[in-house]
Amino acid sequence: MPTDRRRPTLADAPFGAVPVAHQFDDFEQQTTADTFGMWLFLATEVLFFGGLFCGYSLYRNLYFDAFTAGSHLLKVKYGAFYTVLLICSSLTMALGVRSAQLRRRTALTVYLILTWIMGFAFVFIKLRYEWYGDYLEGLAPGVHWAPSSESMEMIRHFHATVPHVGLFFIFYFCMTGLHALHMIVGVGLLTTLLIFTRQGRVTGGNYNWVEIVGLYWHFVDIVWIFLFPLLYLIGGRYV
Amino acid sequence: MSTVAVEVTPTMPEVHYLNADYGWRSWLFTTDHKRIAWLYLFAITGFFAVGGLMATLMRLNLIEPQGALMEPASYNKLFTAHGLIMIFFFLAPSIPTVLGNFLIPIMIGARDVAFPKLNLLSWYIFMLAGSVFMLAVIRGGVDTGWTLYTPLSTTYANGHVLSAAVGIFISGFSSILTGLNFMVTIHKMRAPGMTWFRLPLFIWSLYATSVIFILAMPVIAITLALIALERVFHVGIFDPALGGDPILFQHLFWFFGHPEVYILILPSMGVVSELVAAGCRKRIFGYSFVAFSSVAIAAISFMVWGHHMFLTGQSVYAGFVFSALSFAVAIPSAIKVFNWTATMHKASVSYDTPMLYAIGFIGLFTIGGLTGLFLASLGTDVHLHDTYFVVAHFHYVMVGGAIMGYLGGLHLWWPKMTGKLYPEAWARFACLLVFAGFNLTFGPQFILGYLGMPRRYAVYPPEFQVLNVMSSAGASILAVGYFIPLVYFTWSAFKGPIAGPNPWGAKGLEWTIPSPPPTNNFEETPIVTQEAYAYGPEEAHVG
Amino acid sequence: MLAPFQPPEASTLSVEWDYLYYFLTALTIFFAGLIFATVFYFAIKYRRRDKNEVPPQYEGNLPLELTWTIVPAGICVFIFIWSAHLFMRASTPPPAATEIFVVGKQWMWKIQHPEGPREINELHVPVNAPIKLTMTSEDVIHDFGVPAFRIKRDVVPGMYSTEWFEATQTGQFHLFCDQFCGMGHSTMVGTVFVMSHADYARWLASQMNAKPMFATGERLYGQLGCDTCHTPDGKPGVPPLRGLYGSEVKLQNGKTVTADDAYLRESILGPEAIVGYPPTMPTYQGQLNEEEVLQLIAYIKSLGPPGERKATKQ
Repeated sequence: MPTDRRRPTLADAPFGAVPVAHQFDDFEQQTTADTFGMWLFLATEVLFFGGLFCGYSLYRNLYFDAFTAGSHLLKVKYGAFYTVLLICSSLTMALGVRSAQLRRRTALTVYLILTWIMGFAFVFIKLRYEWYGDYLEGLAPGVHWAPSSESMEMIRHFHATVPHVGLFFIFYFCMTGLHALHMIVGVGLLTTLLIFTRQGRVTGGNYNWVEIVGLYWHFVDIVWIFLFPLLYLIGGRYV
Repeated sequence: MSTVAVEVTPTMPEVHYLNADYGWRSWLFTTDHKRIAWLYLFAITGFFAVGGLMATLMRLNLIEPQGALMEPASYNKLFTAHGLIMIFFFLAPSIPTVLGNFLIPIMIGARDVAFPKLNLLSWYIFMLAGSVFMLAVIRGGVDTGWTLYTPLSTTYANGHVLSAAVGIFISGFSSILTGLNFMVTIHKMRAPGMTWFRLPLFIWSLYATSVIFILAMPVIAITLALIALERVFHVGIFDPALGGDPILFQHLFWFFGHPEVYILILPSMGVVSELVAAGCRKRIFGYSFVAFSSVAIAAISFMVWGHHMFLTGQSVYAGFVFSALSFAVAIPSAIKVFNWTATMHKASVSYDTPMLYAIGFIGLFTIGGLTGLFLASLGTDVHLHDTYFVVAHFHYVMVGGAIMGYLGGLHLWWPKMTGKLYPEAWARFACLLVFAGFNLTFGPQFILGYLGMPRRYAVYPPEFQVLNVMSSAGASILAVGYFIPLVYFTWSAFKGPIAGPNPWGAKGLEWTIPSPPPTNNFEETPIVTQEAYAYGPEEAHVG
Repeated sequence: MLAPFQPPEASTLSVEWDYLYYFLTALTIFFAGLIFATVFYFAIKYRRRDKNEVPPQYEGNLPLELTWTIVPAGICVFIFIWSAHLFMRASTPPPAATEIFVVGKQWMWKIQHPEGPREINELHVPVNAPIKLTMTSEDVIHDFGVPAFRIKRDVVPGMYSTEWFEATQTGQFHLFCDQFCGMGHSTMVGTVFVMSHADYARWLASQMNAKPMFATGERLYGQLGCDTCHTPDGKPGVPPLRGLYGSEVKLQNGKTVTADDAYLRESILGPEAIVGYPPTMPTYQGQLNEEEVLQLIAYIKSLGPPGERKATKQ
């Protein structure tokens, strides 16, 4: 006789109870396991980005002038805007987690939508305006590498060589690109959460999933907090 | 010495995890960790056959100094594929995904792993990775060596580096998710009373392995992504002509690469602890030392990567640091070997196949580990680097060590997984063939390396021929030794005698449930009150 | 000599190297033998005699654990020190070593003697004389290994690596490429010919039309227009080249470096700004191969300290 492994739903649980997967003994074990799993996953992400940070540090040390020049060629206003955007989105995400804890479905929906909008805006503006702008200016190594005369002025001003500045831009696109990819995944997670919220699946006492997505979102935000100064500000722009 | 006179006729339960559900859907969409273990078993056995075939062709080619079978271009693709398949698609998954998946929940008293669906996803990702990689091999392969050094792999190689790199990249995620799953399971799902120091040492090893999985695999992932980027966009990350540094690649690769080899050996050490405990009916001598050694190996393994790069031009002082730490990482392994040996003292040593494989492991791993010292030591490494000495060393630990542990574990737990016994005489014979064949294959390679024969050579000076022929002869014996279990394991699954819950008279939660186990493992959650391997003064029941 | 199980001991370091190797071999055989013997002995003496027997259980033994932790650790420290010492000496060429230049490329070794002769896949050297090899690659990473001398070093594109040896036996010895470099890796082999001093001198003389390296370098110097800006003693806005090799140079990014081979190579291919001079030197990346760079460096070295000029071969 086939074992009954159908996934329990809210319909199965008596009123007030929360569904627990079959492998877990109780709700608490499930939530601590899920949360711990997300923390471990974030640890892997640190190592994933870490390789790029490592390479960046090495080349910055080797080609200090080129990396300074490259940093000056970035659009720092966009960078600052993203930073503000992401910090605000982390705020709305945290407020969303709080709403889920307090079982407030409408508030949670609002906060998730706000976070979603900010995340989407980040990706859209970055790709459509900043990256496309870099491409048009000939600052995309491997795709369109032909720095304009203003860019060449800047490069010469710092006594850098063009190939080394190209190396800076490779790391710039890699690191911000990997980050943007994670933002897109985050936006996808938020979409899923929104669906779950409308279905009432996360405001019946099991706010854990909201918290876990929150952890992921905050992590992606923190990566940006590192990227922004390392890429945009480190050239001593305002010194 | 205590004994017991009770004999029980072994029986098989009517309903168990293998027959609880039928049809291909019940297998391909299963979330039962035991069925997922079988899915992996079939997959990795297939990959082992492919990798083994490549090794066979390589050794056949090396019978003649000018190459007996093929041109160097083909040979280069063979050893690259052999390395990548054996490491990523056989050894790394073998014990964790087959034995680990099957046993971890049972050994800790749980019904399943923490994330069963993620477990199944890991298998699908693994299959996708393997398919992508094999497609690259079939379409023409890669000829860079498994280490993919730049700028050869990024700028000069003409093979399918990109698709091979993508395949390995994907397989990394399978490993990361498995490691994550195991860590959460071991942390959060132990039965009441199962404290950390009551855990079987197999669990300690797999826990340490999982830590390495989640910390090291992401690094190879990003490194492969950078290679892919350079191949597609021709940007100069590792190309000196454009300001890039080829040694950066080596640092990134080996930061992953060294912990990776501990991923390959730690699970096997865990299995050996179980084999020795069951084969001696005795608690492992120095349990906490063995447990902490696993953790120490995992931790120190992240600090020694530079010992692969003593001769690349890193500073002599960096070499000193890496060399010293490499000696340090050898000590915990030595502690384990001594403790296993001491366990056999005044024990009740069985001559069954699992114990034979354990004894083989102890001997061969000792040789492998000690020859590692030649390479950890700066002075001797100069002459031995990139020679057959290195090849012999790592095959002693990975084949003489890891694979013997894997086979021993398969034999020990086969009755639990299938409810049937394999034929002991054939198994012992195969074990001896494997041991003899292995030593004949790789023993001469130490001498070849000392004489200076470089690795990855398709052709070689004639004075090295005798040793090469000896090695190839050994390989043919080894191949037979590996083939025989395939036959008798398959036979035993259908026609073997019934095993019963505990054919070995061993201790451990897995031996308290029927063979094969029910889908949910335990009727009710066990309460653990004893230490691991509590053979104690109480009687042992056989059957 | 344990032929055929031992490669020739043909350099000063080979014998020392072999001592350490045989010590480690003896250690391996001893400990492996000890473990094998103990395991075998226990397996026989304590074999299971009854299907149902269970042996007495006992705990571990802390003094034993500590002993077999500390003793191996001590042995490891001993090996480490001996080996690191050997490595240090193997990595430090004697100051009087003759320099020979090696450029590896897929799939051949191009060797350049400073006196002029050039060889492909062959290296002629005198016996009992320290030789320092300065090496680079034109494409992928190679490795110049001579088993008889127990030497080996990766040859990396974009940088110089060095190794040294002093041959103690005349004869012919294998040269292997020891880092996988593509299709022709196993055929990127050669021979080191060690000759008596008389034979070596005769061999050098027999290499007709071989201009010394620095002379070839001087010709390149003119051809590439280096003399448009550079003069040996410098002029306003251009640093002097005489005495440059081996001196300390202050870079504009704050670091101070020694002007060694690597510095000269980088200055030609990708110059960094120096304190006191405008950064106007163009790069010659792509216009010179590695051998030509080495020849230019030989010329710059030949300019010697200020006021002095090394004797030239006429």
